Amino acid sequence: MNNKAMTAIAAMLIAAGPMAVAGGADDDKLVINGEIEMISKAAAPDHLDGALDEVISGWHFRTDETQSLEIDDFDNPAMLFVDQAIDAYDVVEGEAGESCASCHEGVENFAGLTAKMPKIDEDGKLVVMEDLINECRTERMQADEWKWSGNDMQSMVALISLQSRGMPMDVAIDGAAAPYWEQGKEMYYTRYGQLELSCANCHEDNYGNYIRADHLSQGQTNGFPTYRLKQAKLISKHNRFRGCIRDTRAETFAEGSDEFRALELYVASRGNGLSVETPAVRQ
Amino acid sequence: MKITRIALAAAVMTAGAAQAAEVTPAEVQFDEYGAVEVSLSGAEGNPENGAAIMTSRGKGNCIACHAVTALNDAPFHGEVGPTLDGVGEYRTAEELRGIVANAKMTFEGSVMPAFYKTSGFIRPGNAYTGKAAKEEDLTPILSAQEIEDVVAYLLTLKES
Ligand code: HEC
Ligand code: HEC
Repeated sequence: MNNKAMTAIAAMLIAAGPMAVAGGADDDKLVINGEIEMISKAAAPDHLDGALDEVISGWHFRTDETQSLEIDDFDNPAMLFVDQAIDAYDVVEGEAGESCASCHEGVENFAGLTAKMPKIDEDGKLVVMEDLINECRTERMQADEWKWSGNDMQSMVALISLQSRGMPMDVAIDGAAAPYWEQGKEMYYTRYGQLELSCANCHEDNYGNYIRADHLSQGQTNGFPTYRLKQAKLISKHNRFRGCIRDTRAETFAEGSDEFRALELYVASRGNGLSVETPAVRQ
Repeated sequence: MKITRIALAAAVMTAGAAQAAEVTPAEVQFDEYGAVEVSLSGAEGNPENGAAIMTSRGKGNCIACHAVTALNDAPFHGEVGPTLDGVGEYRTAEELRGIVANAKMTFEGSVMPAFYKTSGFIRPGNAYTGKAAKEEDLTPILSAQEIEDVVAYLLTLKES
């Protein structure tokens, strides 16, 4: 399977070449493995106050070739990483002699978790999936923490999120989450860097338009971590945020920073109603 | 020997003269519509150079956002801004200079970046490294002469 998938990708990369397909989101239906019907377009959540009519998965802005890699798990190159995480889930590591499985049993017990992430923990702090995983590793397993955007971490985030695939995103933005959400919203509309561009300038004002070779989507995070063909690996949300801010000729924030946690909550809330699509495939 | 010395003196003088005539980013005078009257470099623009700047990713990268039929040899034109076909017909040099130097003086809140501006940014970076800028005042994205070159090129875009 591995080999076949890799050859298919290589062939597609060559075939894709320079090709511009004008227009906004397409009308294709996103159904995975011929059976999981995804909500890839939904009425915009109320908190957007009419900034968008509809929220749309990034899948609709990709070429047919890239889209096709996501609709069948045998073609989806991200599944190689998910397989690695399935193995890692059972491995005993650290002083405590535990594995993920020894505490959590089957990974399917995590169904629904990603649809609610990020969330507020018992201490009132905003946490994202990487925080939960590293907390288990350092405190419960007494093992080393995983690097934020490294393969081990993002493969495990993908495996856990896959358990929620198809469920609509539904992150809470009220109560203790409210101040973090406000902070993230503020960031989303801040025009960073020498190019003075905000997230909204590209992903709210201009989604559907080409910016040079890139077809701008709404910058939704419901498919993360995504497999990026260009980098041939899983890309974390914070890594994507960092790249987008860097491209405005700005000083970016660090992966795993409190700023990016807040931004992650806000961006996730803009996708409330869209199915969890992890692991998505992007160009 | 003597000739070299004279030539050298002349070179120093022209460099000095060019410098005196150059308008720094902080000194640019925009009129109430955002237009800029005088050449920023004090010299004429070179349209060929202007075309190269427009398509170069590290320079203007104007085609990231604008389509220009005459530049179709360079792949991938954007749709974020309007096409610039014919812009030399309906815009003056002064208007174009103002738009390229700082489009926000002509179009309030525009997404078009200011190419001749060095301060007043939020978290300015060191080019595309993602790291903090080293100096307080950044180097403008385009130099005074590069702005003039781009303006000279835009003025050649006559028919739409
Ligand atoms: C200069 C334009 C620009 C700015 C500003 C920008 N982005 Fe992006 N972003 C892109 C491009 C181009 C892509 C790749 C195509 C796409 O998916 O939209 C992208 C992709 C993304 C994706 C991946 C979407 C997917 O479906 O895989 C996310 C998430 C994202 N951006 C979030 C953000 C956030 C958050 C900010 C602000 C901190 C931001 N972007 C600022 C241009 C920009
Ligand atoms: C990030 C996007 C972006 C980039 C990069 C960009 N522009 Fe623009 N430009 C725009 C937008 C959008 C407008 C329309 C004005 C508005 O509504 O803000 C515009 C307007 C213009 C106009 C006025 C057109 C008219 O209708 O009169 C000119 C001229 C222009 N741009 C030239 C340039 C040049 C030259 C460069 C590069 C040196 C450039 N632009 C780079 C987005 C961009």
